[in-house]
Amino acid sequence: MKLILTEEQQFLKDTAQSFARDKTPVTHFREIRDSENAQCWDEKVWKEMVELGWSGILVPEKFGGSEFGMAGISVIMQELGKTLTPSPILSTSVLGVSAINMLGSDEQKENYLPKIVAGELTTALAIDEGNHHDPFAIEATAVLDGDEWVLNGKKVFVVDGASADSILLVARTSGKSGESNGISVFVANKDSAGLDITKISTADSRNYANIEMSDLKLDQNALLGEQDLAGETLEKILDLGRIAISAEMLGNTEEAFEVTVNYLKERKQFGVQIGSFQALQHRAAKMFCEIELTKSAVIAAMHAADENSNELERLSSLAKFQAGETLHLVSNEAIQMHGGIGVTDEYDIGFYLKRARVAEQIFGTSEFHQARYADISGF
Amino acid sequence: MEHLEQFRQEARDWLEENCPPSMRTPLVPEEEVWGGRNAEYLNPESKLWLERMGNKGWTAPNLPKEYGGGGLDRDQTKVLHQELYRIKARPALNSFGIWMLAPCIIEFGSEEQKREHLPKIIKGEIRWCQGYSEPGSGSDLASLSTKAEDMGDHYLVNGQKVWTSYADKADWIFALVRTGPKEPKHNGISFLLIDMATEGVSTKPITLISGKSPFCETFFDNVKAPKENLVGVENSGWTIAKKLLQHERNFISNFGLAGGGTGSGADVVNIAKKYLGEANGQIANQAQRENITLHKMKEHAFGLTLQRSGDEGAKASAASSMFKYYGTEHNKDRYELMIAAMGNKGLGWTNEGFSDDEQAITKAWLRTKANSIEGGTSEVQLNVISRRVLDLPN
Repeated sequence: MKLILTEEQQFLKDTAQSFARDKTPVTHFREIRDSENAQCWDEKVWKEMVELGWSGILVPEKFGGSEFGMAGISVIMQELGKTLTPSPILSTSVLGVSAINMLGSDEQKENYLPKIVAGELTTALAIDEGNHHDPFAIEATAVLDGDEWVLNGKKVFVVDGASADSILLVARTSGKSGESNGISVFVANKDSAGLDITKISTADSRNYANIEMSDLKLDQNALLGEQDLAGETLEKILDLGRIAISAEMLGNTEEAFEVTVNYLKERKQFGVQIGSFQALQHRAAKMFCEIELTKSAVIAAMHAADENSNELERLSSLAKFQAGETLHLVSNEAIQMHGGIGVTDEYDIGFYLKRARVAEQIFGTSEFHQARYADISGF
Repeated sequence: MEHLEQFRQEARDWLEENCPPSMRTPLVPEEEVWGGRNAEYLNPESKLWLERMGNKGWTAPNLPKEYGGGGLDRDQTKVLHQELYRIKARPALNSFGIWMLAPCIIEFGSEEQKREHLPKIIKGEIRWCQGYSEPGSGSDLASLSTKAEDMGDHYLVNGQKVWTSYADKADWIFALVRTGPKEPKHNGISFLLIDMATEGVSTKPITLISGKSPFCETFFDNVKAPKENLVGVENSGWTIAKKLLQHERNFISNFGLAGGGTGSGADVVNIAKKYLGEANGQIANQAQRENITLHKMKEHAFGLTLQRSGDEGAKASAASSMFKYYGTEHNKDRYELMIAAMGNKGLGWTNEGFSDDEQAITKAWLRTKANSIEGGTSEVQLNVISRRVLDLPN
């Protein structure tokens, strides 16, 4: 496994870089934040991403996708992360596609995947139920009643849940909370009776929802894959999501760092550029090192996913851990090194801090992944 | 690709025939080979192995054949290393001459110097040491004051070097000397080769906080060095010095990976399980388990970064500063975690109450403290990253 990009992946990265620079600079995010746009991303921008084929990067060719893999979508997310571009790419093109493709029947794939590729369908994965990510702590239930599934329970902090056309609901069909066995995944239309979706307002001004299922009735086709057996595959789907958001977080980090280093070269106090102070230089140099480590962890994880490596779990946790630690550090230092201007709303750098803390929570914090890495490694 | 596989087969056949049996057993420290005029070989097969590898040029596989090197390209060198690793061959020769000096002679030396010195370095006939630091010039190396006066056909050298590893065993020293006392400090330095057998050269070993060490002080008292031993142009030695420091940094940064470089190669997880005990197969103490996990994750990411740097094709000095900084700090951290996990067993000094392995870890812990000082301190590496990579102002 070589830790570099192929020509194809580099081309995708360059395309995404131009896209983010030209179509969605940070002012784009600011406009959406300050607007009445409840879904927190721009329909027109998403359509353009779809036209570039980004909705179908992970979709098999026979369903209209390009199969450019996790490396392909990760480099795109890295570039979008630099300008904080909001879009349903994580919830739909990574999580939705992977869940349907890895769990679904041929009929279900045929039904959903081409629509996702065409930009006609967005999805959200509803899994967490508590204040912290804990993928098997599922208490929501699904019970077969005649030829219908009946779902009850709640989901929180569902990424893009407030706008998704279809919600992928993780529910327990047997066993008890904490067990990997007995978990099943269902697809429900957002307008289904018994499905109550409430948008929540978060510091990063992105799209999240809490969801209540009260005797939500779904027909048998709504079950993705086999009853009780989704747990293991779900972990893999989450690992892909973790890698993708790690790439986005790497992009957040790179941009916040670059902006900060540039500021150190411009800002003068005591008659000199503040970047000449060693107290700041050494902190900047240490951040540089951590960012280099993050790049390596992310690229190793995305290639591992594409090569179906048995190191996927460890590398996914390493990537999310390292991306989280580094973004945490850099987002804090970026504010501090900017001084007073850094804590004003008028200046963009605060957006990176707010996005950082939310992204750190998604699919497990650094502490979550540290514990997971230790367990997998047998420490 | 095909010719590479052919080379692999040739290398395999040659090694099969020429690598003596005892050279395929784990290295014992006393049998480490450094070559030189006064080398002693506890195991006669070490000598044989050095002679064979040296004559083949494979002690320096990527150096040109005309100067005694192996003449192999990058890929072939990699294959040779894989084949050596496969049979668990001991290094035929450890050599500052190969690691540091030879690349500089290739780049800056005269044709005569290449023909005179490179074959002897590669065959291990002459052992070299490095004369850089001085008592008054550590991080500010360019302030060095060992002077070399132009006396017509030779330089007259007076002054003192410090931290000269194995100076008491070396045959020659490559030294930075001041030839232009009136020039700005970086522009008055020359790179001079001096035979340690010359009258007026003397050495004295240094004892470290970890005990005995290979480091020495080296004194020059009216030492005559022939002019032909100047490498490159007079007063332009700083350029060579910087290049050489890069080679040194790359070498030291490998310490950051478990098992590389100094010490026992002991794994911190195994040590922790042994001395803290296990609970359900896990390190029993949760706080230490968390600290160790953090350390291992950073190590994993650092290892991937070394790999990525190789895959991208080595880039210049900035990367070497990062690796030197991160690798050495990480290695210090590993030994702190290790002795913490060992508790009072991690603090032994002699064999009264402590096993050999335990003492070795304690000594190695103390030795790691020098890792982030030697070859440019961590602070200097951070300065280099700030200035050269991030382009921050002076």
